[in-house]
Amino acid sequence: MKALNTIIKDHWGGIVALLSNYIQDLDLAEDAMQDALESALIHWQKSGIPNHPQAWLFTTAKHKALDKIRRAQNFANKQQQYQLLLDLNLKPETQEQDYSIPDERLRLIFTCCHPALDPSVAVALTLRLLGGLSTEEIAKSFLLKTKTMAQRIVRGKKKIKFAGIPYKIPEKEDFSQRLDVVLTVLYLIFNEGYAASGGDKPIRQGLCDEAIRLTQILFKLCPQQAEVKGLLALMLLHDSRKKSRYNHKGEFVPMEQQDRKLWNKKQIEQGIQLTQSALKQKQLGSYQLQAAISAIHAEAKDHKSTNWLEVVLIYDKLLSIKSSDVIRLNRLAALSQIKPVQELIEPVNQLESSLKKYQPFYAVKADFLNKIGEVKKAKFYYQKAIDLCENEGLKGFLIDKLQKL
Amino acid sequence: MKYIALIYAAENAGPQYGTDEFDQMIGEYGSITERYEKDGVLLGGDALQDVNTATTISVRNGKTETIDGPFAETKEQLGGYYLFECENLDQALKYAAMIPSAKYGRVEVRPIMEY
Repeated sequence: MKALNTIIKDHWGGIVALLSNYIQDLDLAEDAMQDALESALIHWQKSGIPNHPQAWLFTTAKHKALDKIRRAQNFANKQQQYQLLLDLNLKPETQEQDYSIPDERLRLIFTCCHPALDPSVAVALTLRLLGGLSTEEIAKSFLLKTKTMAQRIVRGKKKIKFAGIPYKIPEKEDFSQRLDVVLTVLYLIFNEGYAASGGDKPIRQGLCDEAIRLTQILFKLCPQQAEVKGLLALMLLHDSRKKSRYNHKGEFVPMEQQDRKLWNKKQIEQGIQLTQSALKQKQLGSYQLQAAISAIHAEAKDHKSTNWLEVVLIYDKLLSIKSSDVIRLNRLAALSQIKPVQELIEPVNQLESSLKKYQPFYAVKADFLNKIGEVKKAKFYYQKAIDLCENEGLKGFLIDKLQKL
Repeated sequence: MKYIALIYAAENAGPQYGTDEFDQMIGEYGSITERYEKDGVLLGGDALQDVNTATTISVRNGKTETIDGPFAETKEQLGGYYLFECENLDQALKYAAMIPSAKYGRVEVRPIMEY
């Protein structure tokens, strides 16, 4: 029944968005959709998937919502909601009776990723209401108890309702700032999958796939936004290396040792094309630039022939729009491929105070010290990196490095 | 919806009384209040006297306990508020962001419970 689940997930966000826009009630929209899903599982298994599953799901969810309103204790207060729903009808668009519903998902994306919501709440709401993931699935992806995740989702919906967070696409003057928040939430989802913290799997592919799917939806809804293209490109380029980043034992493999034949060419091609198209728009942003760096790696025949100078130059550009010591660290790591490491020790040391809880900092510092023959110090910093590491596969890799010194 | 914007700031933060910057800030408060009125969102608003004038009471077992000072000994103290009638949180946040003290203090926006 995998096909069935995929169909439901593909249509979930659209129907929840449309219903909640009409009845201005996320809870009710979500509950109605959940009931529609349960009906679909029963009916479709018996009599097959209908010709127009979206129309089927929408009509069923609408009836479920009407039912719920009718049975509500305060029905008298909900007459208007009821009437709005009754009036909401699908019209056949073509002669083949292909139903289409107005796409209200962008509103819902901006509601779920509102800056007044804590990022962890926004992540949960986006996966539940737009992605159609069950609360159990989301909890599992974030290694939390279902109850904890359920409470988080309830808290988010309550805040939306009682604080008056609107179902609205932001005004032009706020749009790009608000879009940034949406992109951050989507990137958080991707990263939690790509660099999984804790748990027994180094990559939680389900989250990566979901983040890519949601970003593709956002790209479809705002095709002109260069940073949306940039983020989608970045995710595709990162994801293209998933088969080579960990070996069969689940241990991390650094990029220089990865088998580039395992990289997904189709994703690389898409990622590069999106990056180029975004950069052409001349609305530079950090996702596009990070994608551009990832694209340079993807294009290189092997690690040695990577265009490191270009990588360093893009890091400079990135730093000019976003000052961050993590970016400075990555820049130094790239620079160490073309400059004597001895000269980079001092600049790395300068980052220590702000990155003292950041595992990659110690891994880079240890690596530099090892390269200049300071093995004893290198050992000390590898140990620090190991102590801070939350990803088991990566931890194994660092321990291995330490032991080989 | 009704929203309250609670204005918090540390007492020594921002322009100090008697300086040109302070007068300018008072001027800014005047013009935003006019703007709120013109936009029809203002239900009320006041500045509070200094936190040194605060008295906190609690009643336990019918007995009133009185303490000289504010409820919470935090660095940032409640200094004033605005009460808005807005369409939604976005609008309330937009108006709250115009409050001059937000530049050096903080403004907490809360919806008012309606029965």
